[in-house]
Amino acid sequence: MADVLLSVKGLTRRFDVSKPWLNRVIEREDRQFLTANDDVSFEIRKGETFALVGESGSGKSTIAKMIVGLLEPSAGEIRFDGQAMDFNSGAAMRKLRRRFQMIFQDPFASLNPRWRVGDIIAEPIHTFGLLTGAAVRQEVGRLLEVVGLSAADAAKFPHEFSGGQRQRIAIARALSSRPEFIVCDEPTSALDVSVQAQILNLMRDLQDEFGLTYLLISHDLSVVRHMSNRIGVLYLGRLVEIADAKQLFVEPQHPYTRMLLDAVPDLALSGRRRTPVTGEIPNPINPPPGCAFHPRCPHVMDICRQVVPAPMTTTSGQAACHLLTQDDRMQAREPVA
Amino acid sequence: MPEPLLSVRDLVVEFPTRRGVLRALDKVSFDIAEGEVLGMVGESGAGKSLTGAAIIGLLEPPGRIAGGEIWLRGERIDNLAREKMRRIRGRRIGMVFQDPLTSLNPLYTVAEQLTETIRTHIDVSEKEARKRAIALLDRVGIPAASRRIDDYPHHFSGGMRQRVVIALALAAEPELVIADEPTTALDVSVQAQIIDVLKEICAERGASVMLITHDMGVIAETADRVAVLYAGRLAEIGPVRDVIQAAEHPYTVGLMGSIPTLTQTADRLTQIPGAMPRLNAIPTGCAFNPRCTRVMDRCRIDRPELAARPGGRQVSCWLYDTAMEAADG
Repeated sequence: MADVLLSVKGLTRRFDVSKPWLNRVIEREDRQFLTANDDVSFEIRKGETFALVGESGSGKSTIAKMIVGLLEPSAGEIRFDGQAMDFNSGAAMRKLRRRFQMIFQDPFASLNPRWRVGDIIAEPIHTFGLLTGAAVRQEVGRLLEVVGLSAADAAKFPHEFSGGQRQRIAIARALSSRPEFIVCDEPTSALDVSVQAQILNLMRDLQDEFGLTYLLISHDLSVVRHMSNRIGVLYLGRLVEIADAKQLFVEPQHPYTRMLLDAVPDLALSGRRRTPVTGEIPNPINPPPGCAFHPRCPHVMDICRQVVPAPMTTTSGQAACHLLTQDDRMQAREPVA
Repeated sequence: MPEPLLSVRDLVVEFPTRRGVLRALDKVSFDIAEGEVLGMVGESGAGKSLTGAAIIGLLEPPGRIAGGEIWLRGERIDNLAREKMRRIRGRRIGMVFQDPLTSLNPLYTVAEQLTETIRTHIDVSEKEARKRAIALLDRVGIPAASRRIDDYPHHFSGGMRQRVVIALALAAEPELVIADEPTTALDVSVQAQIIDVLKEICAERGASVMLITHDMGVIAETADRVAVLYAGRLAEIGPVRDVIQAAEHPYTVGLMGSIPTLTQTADRLTQIPGAMPRLNAIPTGCAFNPRCTRVMDRCRIDRPELAARPGGRQVSCWLYDTAMEAADG
């Protein structure tokens, strides 16, 4: 695959959640770490939409923050267009930073309430020195029209807009530095469905128009299916499955993916029998040994309690489950290099 | 037709403000039959939660019921004195709120909160109340209930907490449970469990449910009938299958089209242009007319009333005006 835009290898992030030093000494406790992401690897190709799904606490947003450089990884490597991201070199990061942008979940929190919309959108243009003088104002007006607002809205403040309109402003700001890659962290989960449809359609149109590559992060499987080409499923900080979007819904390989699909309420009223879901996500400070999903897995085996499964290639991607190595009905599978 | 358990007639809720009176609910009428699950959907600000709050008498001032009637099993409850309403709340109408953390008191154990509720409404001994509480927790699926009952709310996970809240709502064996976004704060895998528990336990006890949510999927899985609210007015109400698969009101049609599903193949979602009007700028005539693709002159002038359609459905839209349909031949 020559046209990989972003590749992530062995990405790990731990947070120190220890008590203060004195408490640790008195209570004779060790330092405690929360592993938000553990050995996550995937690639995003140019022009595609790659989605990460998972429930709360699965580490979706932590990955997003590391990719845009808001958080430094504890281990692992992020390469953007063949170039490794160097968190220690401000100048190198700055050069890369123009090429990717982020859209956040909450449009009420991500726009500065004391800035006019025009200034919010123009900030990346000034920061990266892309345009000067009257050209900036013209560009802001053009961007507002691109996202379906009017150029005159530049003089208004964020509070004058509804949630959906604010998300359009956030998109216009993301587009202003002319990025190739946009990380969208739950871009529609704060919006009503009819507004969500408007924003999702807009995101698709912009992708076609500007040849954008998206990393879409969402907990909503139907949104993910609608928007993406490939999907990665996260559970407790690990990628359990990566698959082609359509295939994932037809033939989920990992038991967790299967469970997640079963849990989605069915609008088609097909009356399908669903396997009852059991249990909840365990505490990430103390994850279960072996495969993190084993306490909830209906197919759990002895090996699952001890060994972390390695990702195996499947027909439509890869999955990390011991079942795949045990099941001889499937063809011999090679571990992913 | 047997008498419905709950009957809401022309309910009007208003908020007096400095800039005039805002009408948040405008002549909303519906019934909930014995043992029925009625879903109430709408976008934020449509008045879903307000409907629930008005029924249970928990409207926050300055909001007030400015018109209409609410009947619970033939008894009018919208004009009851505070003290009388207090006895209905909890005893005859149970409530499940969205956020389980705010509906449980963090300073009391689950046992204390449950037994207090049981003993307030039912005349039983402390010991009997505790026994009932354990049975309830066990029923809502809390493992090792007899031990966990002495834990504080913060010892439970989000899903388990919502189970406790359901147990609390059902403690006094109410006839009606109002569940306001009971699963919105939960993950999908937990949401499915909570919905199943709520559905099963209410069916078992013959309690009716008014399920308020913005999630059409949850309604499809749970409700018998669904009511669609738009800008404080009922757009459509009818059996779940009919409304979801063959919506009649243009708003419902747009709403259904805008939801991405796991089976659809369309490249683009249907979108309704614009946004729901604010309460101080509800258009005359039909509230949906500026966004409606099938708008007619009449929609801008006259407000359509909820009118009966075949199959037990009611729609408030001029497209289905019988007089006009007859004229069309």
